[in-house]
Amino acid sequence: MFESFTAETLARIQFAFTVSFHIIFPAFSIGLASYLAVLNGLWLKTHDKTYLFLFNYWKKIFAVAFGMGVVSGIVMSYQFGTNWSVFSDKTGPVLGPLMAYEVLSAFFLEAGFLGIALFGRERVGDKLHMFAVSMVAFGTLMSATWILSVNSWMQTPAGYSINELGQFVPEDWWQIVFNPSFPYRLVHMVVAAFLTTALVVGAVGALHLLRRKTDVAARRMFSMAMGMLIIAAPLQIVVGDFHGLNTLEHQPAKVMAMEGHYDSHPEGAPLILFGIPNPEQKRIDYAIQIPKVSSLILKHDLNAPLAGLDTIADEDEPPVAIVFWSFRIMISLGFAMLGLAVWSFWRRMRGKLYDDDWLKRAAIVMGPMGFVAVLAGWVTTEVGRQPFTVYGLLRTSDSLAPIAAPAVAVSLIAFIVVYFFVFGAGTYYILRLMNKLPAASGVDMNDGPIRTAEKQVIETIDITHADHKSDGQGDNHGI
Amino acid sequence: MEFELSFIWAIIITFAVLCYVILDGFDLGIGILFPSAKSEQDKSVMMNTIAPVWDGNETWLVMAGGGLFAVFPLAYAVIMPALYMPIILMLLALIFRGVAFEYRWRTVRWKPVWDFSFFAGSVIAAFTQGISLGALVQGIEVANRAYAGGWWDWLTPFSLFTGCAVVIGYGLLGSTWLIMKTEGELQRRMRGYAKGLAIATLGFIGIVSILTPFQDPAYFQRWFSLPGSIFSVLVPVLVGLCTWLLFMGLKQYKEAQPFFASLGLFVLSFIGILISFYPNIVPPSLTITEAAAPDSSLKFALMGTVVLVPLILIYTAYAYWVFRGKVRPEDGYH
Repeated sequence: MFESFTAETLARIQFAFTVSFHIIFPAFSIGLASYLAVLNGLWLKTHDKTYLFLFNYWKKIFAVAFGMGVVSGIVMSYQFGTNWSVFSDKTGPVLGPLMAYEVLSAFFLEAGFLGIALFGRERVGDKLHMFAVSMVAFGTLMSATWILSVNSWMQTPAGYSINELGQFVPEDWWQIVFNPSFPYRLVHMVVAAFLTTALVVGAVGALHLLRRKTDVAARRMFSMAMGMLIIAAPLQIVVGDFHGLNTLEHQPAKVMAMEGHYDSHPEGAPLILFGIPNPEQKRIDYAIQIPKVSSLILKHDLNAPLAGLDTIADEDEPPVAIVFWSFRIMISLGFAMLGLAVWSFWRRMRGKLYDDDWLKRAAIVMGPMGFVAVLAGWVTTEVGRQPFTVYGLLRTSDSLAPIAAPAVAVSLIAFIVVYFFVFGAGTYYILRLMNKLPAASGVDMNDGPIRTAEKQVIETIDITHADHKSDGQGDNHGI
Repeated sequence: MEFELSFIWAIIITFAVLCYVILDGFDLGIGILFPSAKSEQDKSVMMNTIAPVWDGNETWLVMAGGGLFAVFPLAYAVIMPALYMPIILMLLALIFRGVAFEYRWRTVRWKPVWDFSFFAGSVIAAFTQGISLGALVQGIEVANRAYAGGWWDWLTPFSLFTGCAVVIGYGLLGSTWLIMKTEGELQRRMRGYAKGLAIATLGFIGIVSILTPFQDPAYFQRWFSLPGSIFSVLVPVLVGLCTWLLFMGLKQYKEAQPFFASLGLFVLSFIGILISFYPNIVPPSLTITEAAAPDSSLKFALMGTVVLVPLILIYTAYAYWVFRGKVRPEDGYH
C-alpha cells in the first residue's frame, strides 16, 4: 500500500494522521468542559433544573469525547520519540519541560478531578463537585496553553542557543514560553474550541427544536449556543487577522502560500479569492482576484509592496496548494459561522429565535463545521511551516528517527485501521447520545417554569436520584 | 551540581514510572481478569472499581514519557525507536482498553466487543510493557546519539518471559485490588485467583532475578559489591516478608493486606531493577549524566515539579478517598 513512500513521508503522514484525529477531541472538550462548568454553576445559582438536566446530558457526551482524547493523546506523547527521535534529542531541552508542565499542571488536574466531576456529586456535595468541574475546565485550558506554547516555539523559536551537540539549549524561559506567535495562536485556538463547541451544542439544540419546538432544554441549549456564537464568531475573525499579521512578520513564506502569491507585487498585491495553484508553472490558474486588496489587508495600504515566493529558495518553499486550499476552507467557514451568528442574533432581537426552521437547519449543517475549520487551520499553519520542524533552523528531513520505511508503514496502517474503527465507533455513540433527548428532560414550555425555591430543592433531589438510576439502566437498554 | 540535578531527576522519573506500574498495574489487572467475570453484574462492579481513577493512573505513563523527553531527551530518543514495535503496540492496546470504559455502557449489541477489547487491550498493554522492560534489561545499542540496533532486537526469549511476568504480576495486583473493593462471591473467587497468581508471580520474580545477572556481567557486579550488595541482602528478606503478609492476608480473609503486600512485591522488584541499572539510564552504556538535558532545563522543570507533584499526590489521594470502600452492584456510576 505504501511501498513507494520514503520513511520520512510515512512518518509525516503518521504524525499528521494521529495528531489530526487527536485535535478533534480537545477542540471539543476544551469548550465543553467550560460549558459544563457554566451549566453547573447556573444550576447551583438558579436551581432551574433545566441546567442540571443539560449538565447531566452533556456530561455523558463529554465523558466519551474526553476518553478518546486521553487515549489518542498518549499516542502523541510517545510519537515524538518513536518517529522523530532526532527532533526529540535536539529540542528536548527546550520543549520537554513545557510538555512536562502540561502533564503536571493540566493532565493530572483533569484526570484527578474528572472522576469526581462525573460520578461524585452525591459523595462530595455540591460545592466540592462544582470545584471539581471547574478544575477539569481549568485543566483543559492549561493544557491548551502549554501545548500551544510548544507549537508556537516550533513556528517562531526564541530564547535559545545551540550547543556543540546541535541541541537547542534554553537561555531565557520567558522568551521561550511567550515566543512571538504564542499569544495569537493561543487565543485563536481557544476561541476556535469555544466556537466548535457552540456549533455542536447549537446543532443538537436545533435538531430537537425541529422535533419539538416547546422543549425547554433544547431551547436553552440553542439560545446559549447562538449567544456564544455572536460573541465568538466576530471575535475569531479579528483574532485571526492579528494572527495572520503576526505570521506575515515571522513566517512570510507561509503567508505567501496562503495568499497564493508566487510572484512579488511591488505596487500592491491582489487578493486571490479563488484559483487553482499550479506548482509546476509557479502560478495560480483561473485566479479570481481583487487588485491590491491583499496589500490592504496585510499592510493596511493599497500600494504596499508584498514579496512573493519568487524571493524564497525552492528548497525552503512550503507546499503551496495544500496551504492555499486549507486556508480558504478555514476562512469560508469562519464567515459562514459569522453569518449564522448574525442571522440568529437578528431572529433573537425580533423575539423569534425558536421559530425559524431554516435557521435551525442551518445550525445543524454548521454543527460539525467547527471541527473542519480547526483541522483546516492546523493544516494551514503546520504545512505552511514546512520544510522545517523548527522554523528556519531544523529541517523535517533532519528530525527523523532511524526507523526503516516498512516498520513505519506497518504502524501507519495499524493506526489508520484502529483509529477509524475505535474513534468511528465513539463518534457514532456520541451522535446517538446527541440524537436522544429524553422527553422527561426538562419541563415543557406548557408546564410553565416553577420558581418557588423550596419546592425546587425537593424536586432537585428527586430529579438527581431519578436521573442517577435511569443512567444505570436506561442506557444499557439502548440499541 | 550537574550530577546532582540529573540524579534528582532520575529519582523523579523513576518515581513516575513506579507510580504508573503500581497504579495502572492493578487497573490493567482488572482487564486481564475480566473474562473471569461470571455475570454482567460482576463486570460492571469490576469496571466501576476503577472507572473514576483509570485516566489518572494512565497519566503517569504520559508523565514518564513527557518527563523523559524533558530531562533525558537522549534516553527518550534512543529508547523509543529501539522499542518501536512494542511501544506502538502498547499505545494501540491502551486505546482499545481505555475507550471500553465509556463505550460498553453506550451499546448492547456491541458490548461483548468492547468487553473483549478491554480484556485484550489490557493483556497486550501489560505484555508489551513487560517486553519493553526485558529489552531494556538486555541493553540497547547506542552509537552517535541514536539507536544502533536492529528492529527485532527487543524480541528474545528473555523479553517474552518478562512480558508474561508482567501480565501475571498485574493480574495479582488486580485480583487483590478486587478483594479490597468488592464483597461476596466475586471477592471469594478473587481470593482463589490471587493465591495462584501470587505463586506464579513469585516464581517469575525468582526466575527473572536469576536470569538478569546473566544478561550483562555488570549487573552481577552491581548486585554483589557494595553498596548494591546491602540491597541484595535486604531485598530478598523484604520479599519474604511481603510474601508472608500476602499469604497470611489471603488466609485470614483480610481485605486490604493482600493488595498492599502485592504492591510491596512490585516496589521491591522495581528497586532490584534500579540496582541493576544504576548509574545507567539505558543499559549497557548510556549513563544518567550523559543523557541529561542541560542544567537550565533541569532547573526550570524542577522548580514547578517540586510544587506540583506533591499537589498531584494530594488530590489524587483525595480522589481515591472519595471513592473509597466497597463497590456495590447498585452503585452503577453510569
